[in-house]
Amino acid sequence: MTLLDVDTLRKDFPILERSVRGDRRLVYLDSGATSQKPYAVLNAERDFYELHNAAVHRGNHQLAEEATDAYEQARATVAGFIGAAADEVVFTRNATEALNMVAYAFSNATLDGGPDRFTLRPGDEILITEMEHHANLVPWQQVAKRTGATLRWFGVTDDGRLDLDPDLITERTRIVAVTHQSNVLGTINPIARIAQMAHAVGAIVVVDACQSVPHMAVDVGDLGADFVAFSGHKMLGPTGIGCLWGRADLLAEMPPMLTGGSMIEQVFMDHSTFAPPPQRFEAGVPNIAQAVGLDAACRYLDAVGLQAIHDHEVHLTGLAIEGLNDIAGIRIIGPADLVDRGAAVSFVADGVHPHDLGQVLDDSGVAVRVGHHCAWPLHRRFSIPATTRASFYLYNDEDDVADLLAGTRRALEFFA
Amino acid sequence: MNMETLYQEIILDHYRHPRGKGLREPFEAEVHHVNPSCGDEITLRVQVDEGVIQDISYDATGCSISQAATSVMYEQLVGQPLDQVWPVVEEFVRLIEGRGKVEPNEDVLGDGIAFAGVASFPARVKCALLGWMAFKDATLQALGKDFT
Repeated sequence: MTLLDVDTLRKDFPILERSVRGDRRLVYLDSGATSQKPYAVLNAERDFYELHNAAVHRGNHQLAEEATDAYEQARATVAGFIGAAADEVVFTRNATEALNMVAYAFSNATLDGGPDRFTLRPGDEILITEMEHHANLVPWQQVAKRTGATLRWFGVTDDGRLDLDPDLITERTRIVAVTHQSNVLGTINPIARIAQMAHAVGAIVVVDACQSVPHMAVDVGDLGADFVAFSGHKMLGPTGIGCLWGRADLLAEMPPMLTGGSMIEQVFMDHSTFAPPPQRFEAGVPNIAQAVGLDAACRYLDAVGLQAIHDHEVHLTGLAIEGLNDIAGIRIIGPADLVDRGAAVSFVADGVHPHDLGQVLDDSGVAVRVGHHCAWPLHRRFSIPATTRASFYLYNDEDDVADLLAGTRRALEFFA
Repeated sequence: MNMETLYQEIILDHYRHPRGKGLREPFEAEVHHVNPSCGDEITLRVQVDEGVIQDISYDATGCSISQAATSVMYEQLVGQPLDQVWPVVEEFVRLIEGRGKVEPNEDVLGDGIAFAGVASFPARVKCALLGWMAFKDATLQALGKDFT
């Protein structure tokens, strides 16, 4: 059962034509780290530079108009992709910057006597989870350190699900920061339910959607969060472009992280006033060509269909889990079933370190990620230093899963 | 550069049967080093007496390359006077960081030349050097100098 015409799709991705380590077929199973790019995205970026390149929101020549239109069209396209209004979409460098933007809003407001919604006091609590990527963990540690707020977290169960202890959400909870889908476990978290619990106590909900927005239909209205961050490069777009979506009423009050050109309303020698969102959060000349590339990526994903992509990935994930479970000495870290589970499959092998396993897979042409995947506390939770992670996307097929399994068997034999 | 070139028999042997592993006393300095990219860790102790490396003892988690490199280091350096130890450390680092373009010096490195293949895999350089850098740090501390 293959729901996508993968053979046709693969022709859109030139990199998949190349071989690696001599004449091995490239089996790219590291889309959780970054995705490959279709011609549509590469051409959009190239066309922008060839035909329309200019700085946006400044200058009144024709190229400046065209560049500004293309950039703002990209914002509208991305907004449509996640069911948002265009002026609620802030372009950032990546998801890490987007999450830091929210974290710094709290730090800055607290230190500067800023708006009450973004001000933290000692005793206030920031609630995160043990399965966060460092990008949605370290910034909150820093906020807690600067403001005197207390950091707390939901634990993770043995089967890789969030342990949603309702007692952790209290009147003291001001921020709940949680990943939509774990980049290690593949677990998809019940954001709507968490948001409901958080909103009942007046907390602001920040969601890291890096691993969900590229792989399934995400509508920020349905999600129920207040801020949603994601990266362009994990969803077929270029590097250097990411997004922060925020509720209009919150963005309107939110102080900026970076200040300077483009984000101002009026500037005097001793003070300045700031532009309304989203410009307030886009200081300096932005990554315009990359935004245009992301526009093309969203259109490409929409044309293929997010539901079909998700179903296809779940199918491959099922095959991978089944195949890995059949290999003696392999243990999957994460849910064993396919319920609320995305296409990241992490595992450990008895007697073979992930670095060595990854090396043998690489020698077989299979590109996976090894290490702690920027989720060190999560690995500590499972008492392991590292895992091997295969992550699937629309251009992977059943042959890729077969090569992963064959390479894994080869590694176990080699180090036996 | 293929996998068999990387995983020399000597490396696999040291990985399966690490020499000198375990933490022992006495020791003059103890360090803890990590490889932030993969989470591998080593705790390493050095005992220096009268200008001679009397013991290197260690407890480590890591891949075959990092485990074997530390084991080979133990064999190469324990019992050696300091003035003969530093050239070995220097030569090993030069080989590993040489991007595969450095001709290994067997006279200086002994079994250490088995790691020549590592230099062609940039992602594994830190693995091979984890134990060696910990040793350098610990020894300099034992001698009352800062690790640089």
